[in-house]
Amino acid sequence: MTVSEGSAAIPLLSVRKLTKHFGSFAACSGIDLDIAPGEIHALLGENGAGKSTFVKMLFGILDPTEGDILWNGERVAIRSPGTARTLGIGMVFQHFSLFEALTVAENIALSLDPKIPLAKIAEEASTLSKAYGLPLDPKAHVADLSVGERQRIEIVRALLQNPKLIILDEPTSVLTPQEADKLFETLFQLRAEGRSVLYISHRLEEVQRICDGATVLRHGRVTGRCDPKRETAASLARMMVGSEVAAVSRDTSAALGDVRIEVAGLNADARTPFAISLRDINLKVRAGEVLAIAGVAGNGQGELFDALSGEYPVTSNEAISIRGRPVGRLGINARRLLGAGFVPEERHGHAAVSALPLSDNLLLARSRSDRKAFLGGGALGVIRHNAVRAATRRICEAMDVRKSGEDPVAGALSGGNLQKFIVGRELDRQPAVLVVNQPTWGVDAGAASRIRQALVDLARAGSAVVVISQDLDEIFEVATNIAVISEGRLSASYPAGEMSRERIGLLMGGVHDSTQPGAVHAH
Amino acid sequence: MRIELQRRSEVSRLFSLVSPLLALVLTLFFGGIMFWTLGKNPFDALYSFFIEPLLEVWSLHELAIKAAPLILIGVGLSICYRSNNWNIGAEGQFTIGAITGSILPVLYPEWHSPMILPLMLVMGMIGGALYAGIPALLKTRFNTNEILTSLMLVYIAQLYLDWLVRGPWRDPQGYNFPQTKAFVPEAVLPEVLDSGRAHLAIVFAIVVAVAIWFMMRFMLKGFEVTVLGQSERAGRFAGFSARRMVWFSMLLSGALAGLAGISEVSGSIGHVQPSISPGYGFTAIIVAFLGRLNPLGIIASGFVLALTYLGGEAAQLSIGISDKVSRVFQGLLLFFVLSCDTLIHYRLRLVRHPAPGGAHA
Repeated sequence: MTVSEGSAAIPLLSVRKLTKHFGSFAACSGIDLDIAPGEIHALLGENGAGKSTFVKMLFGILDPTEGDILWNGERVAIRSPGTARTLGIGMVFQHFSLFEALTVAENIALSLDPKIPLAKIAEEASTLSKAYGLPLDPKAHVADLSVGERQRIEIVRALLQNPKLIILDEPTSVLTPQEADKLFETLFQLRAEGRSVLYISHRLEEVQRICDGATVLRHGRVTGRCDPKRETAASLARMMVGSEVAAVSRDTSAALGDVRIEVAGLNADARTPFAISLRDINLKVRAGEVLAIAGVAGNGQGELFDALSGEYPVTSNEAISIRGRPVGRLGINARRLLGAGFVPEERHGHAAVSALPLSDNLLLARSRSDRKAFLGGGALGVIRHNAVRAATRRICEAMDVRKSGEDPVAGALSGGNLQKFIVGRELDRQPAVLVVNQPTWGVDAGAASRIRQALVDLARAGSAVVVISQDLDEIFEVATNIAVISEGRLSASYPAGEMSRERIGLLMGGVHDSTQPGAVHAH
Repeated sequence: MRIELQRRSEVSRLFSLVSPLLALVLTLFFGGIMFWTLGKNPFDALYSFFIEPLLEVWSLHELAIKAAPLILIGVGLSICYRSNNWNIGAEGQFTIGAITGSILPVLYPEWHSPMILPLMLVMGMIGGALYAGIPALLKTRFNTNEILTSLMLVYIAQLYLDWLVRGPWRDPQGYNFPQTKAFVPEAVLPEVLDSGRAHLAIVFAIVVAVAIWFMMRFMLKGFEVTVLGQSERAGRFAGFSARRMVWFSMLLSGALAGLAGISEVSGSIGHVQPSISPGYGFTAIIVAFLGRLNPLGIIASGFVLALTYLGGEAAQLSIGISDKVSRVFQGLLLFFVLSCDTLIHYRLRLVRHPAPGGAHA
C-alpha cells in the first residue's frame, strides 16, 4: 500500500460524530471514520444500516444534523455535490443515472461544465478509460452497453474530475465475477496512484479481498472497525448483523415428483426498445425442485418473469404450462387459481403499493385466489377487512415481519421486512408453483437467510420453485438445478453439484452452449 | 437561514383535515385584500359575498341547485383522478348529456308521459358517457393524452350546442331567440320542497356521492381504482387492467356529468339554450380536490364552491363589482388547496446553516 509523502499522519478524510436525523429517527448517529490517502476502505452494513445516508452526507446530498467532516485535517461544509467534486470527492452510485438514448460522451458531458466541447470530453474520456483498463467507446449508445460497461461510464465520469477520494456504492452487485475482477484491478491502480476509495458493500469475500480497512455500521452506529484481511467472513457477518447468520439447511436426497411448471419453445418479443426479447426458452421444474436461474441484470430476467406470471401473457398458449394445463395466454389470476404464486423483483410499485397498508397489499396478490375468504356481498365484492387483517397478522407472525403498529403502510417497512411479507403472502397459500425474481435483492442478511430457507422448505414440502437471481451465493444455497439466462436465452439446466462459479460466469457472458452467436434479434 | 420542506415519515392526519380549512382561510384573506385594493371595505364585501346568501330560504335553494351539478361531476372526477385518468372535459360531457337528454322533449314536444323523465335522465347519462368514451378510446388505442383530448372536446360540445339551438332545434315560435321550446311539465325535474326551486338533482348528487363513497371504502372495485391509480404495475400484478380502468372511470364520470347536464336543463332552465352552465365542469375539478377526492368531502366542497357562484351574483348586486370575482375566488381556492396539501406530506422547517468554516470554493 502506498502512502503519499509527508502526510501519513493526517487522514485524507476524517469524519467526527456525524449524525443525521430524519424527524425523530436517527439514520446515522455519532459516526467516526478515517480514510488514509491510498487506502481502500470498506463501509460494511446491512440494508438500512445507514450506509447510504452517510455517503449522501459526504457527497453533499444531505445536510448532517450534527458532526464534522475534515478534509486533509480541515473542517469543511459540503453543501452540494458540486462542493464535494471541487474538494476532490467522486461518487459512483449503485443505480446509474444514465440516459439510454444518448452516447457515452454525451452522458459524461451532462455532468460537466456545459462550455467544454463534446469532442474534447470524448477524447479525455477515451484516454482515461484506456489508462485505467476500462475500455469504452465514447460514441456508443448507452442502450447498447452491458451493465458492466455502463458502470465504467460512471467511473470514468468520476475520474474526469481527478478526485482524491472515490465512493463506490455496491459496485459489484450487477457484475459477473469476471467483470468484478476487472473492476478490482482498476481500484488497485487507483490506490497505487495514492487515491483513496470508500467501498460500500455487503459482500464479505470481496471486502476481505480488496480492502485495507473496514468500518461496520448497524442501525446507524459504528459496530466495528477492523482490518478485513484479519477477520473471517463469519466474524465480519457477526459485526454486521449482530448475531451469527443462520446457514440455509437443505436436504438434497429427496426424490423429485411430477412436472409442475414447464416452458417449451417460449418466444416473446421485446415490448419496448430497451427490453429484451425472449428466444426459445425451455425449462421444466418438478415438485420438490428449486430451479435457480442465474444471470447478470438486464438479460431478460424481468421479461421471463412477466411471461411466467402472466402479467404479460404470451402468444402461444402451449408455450407455458402449469400442472399440465397450458396457460400461455391466461392472465396472472388464472395462473394463481391453478396454484401458482409469484414474487416480482421490484417491491415498491410492483409487488406492493408503498402508500397502502399491509392488509391492502395482501389483498393485492390474493383478491382472486382467496375470493371466498376475503370478499363477500356477491357481485358487489365487499371486502371483508377483518378476514384480510387476520391473514395479514398470520403472515407477519409466520415470517417474523417487524413493523411499527398494527397495519402500517408498506412504504414504512424496511426492505427486508417488506420482502419477508411479500414472500410470506405467497407461502401462506402453500403454492404448488412459486416463481421468484431476485428474492433477496437489497435485503439484509438476516431476512435473506430466512427467505432462502423458506424457499428451500417450500420445495421440500413438495412445491416447484423457480428462483431468478443475480446472486451466486444465493443460487448455490438454494438450487437443486441451475440454468443461466443471457441475452434472452436460457441455457440447459444442470444439477447444482455439477456447476462451478466459473462455468456460470462463462454462460452469463453469453457463451451459449446450444445456440450460435449473432442469432436473430427482434429489434 | 432558509425554509426547508422536510418529508414526513407518514401522512399527517391533522393536516389532511386542516389543509382544506387553511386553504379557505387564506382564500378569504387574499380575497379581502383584493376587495380592499378595489376600494371596497373588505369586511362588508366578504360579508355580502359569503354570508348574505346563506341568510334567506330562497338563496339556500339556489345554493342546492348550484351545488348539485358540482357534486355529481366532482364525484365522477374523483374516481378518474384517483385512478390516474385526468378527465378535464366534464364541461363537454355535461353539455352533451344535456343535449342527448333533451332529445325527447325537444323533438317530441307533444309526448306527455311519466316515462319521459326517466328516459331523459338515462339518455343524458348515456350521452355524457359516450362523449367521455372518445378520450378513453383515444387513450387506450393510441396512447393519446386524455387531458388534451377531453379538454378540446369541451369546445366542440359547446359549439355544437350553440349550432343546435340556433339552427335545427330553435323554437319556431320563439321570436328568433336561440333557444328550444320549453319542456312539457312531465319533462321537468320536480322540486324537492315546496319552499323553493331546488329540484331532485341535489338528491341524485347526495345518493351518488354516498354510493361512490361506499364503493371506494368497502368494495374490491374501489380498491382496484386506488391500486391502479398508485401504480399501474402493481395493478397488473393484482390482475387488474389499467385499460379497463380508463374505460370505467371515464364512462362513469361522463355519465355523472351527463346526468348533471340533463338535470340542470330539465330542472333549472326548462329548455335548451346556448349557455347552460357557468363552468360547472371546470369548477368541479376544484370541488373534487377541495373535497380530498373523497365523495363525502366532495358534498361539503360542492356547497362551498356553489357559494362562490352565489356570492359573485350577490357582490354584483350589493357592492357593484363584476361577478367574474367568483372565478377569482375559485382560482385562489384551487391554488391554496393544492399548496396546503403539501403540508400533508411535508413539514416546514427553518434551517440555520451549520456553523461556517472550512474551504468550499
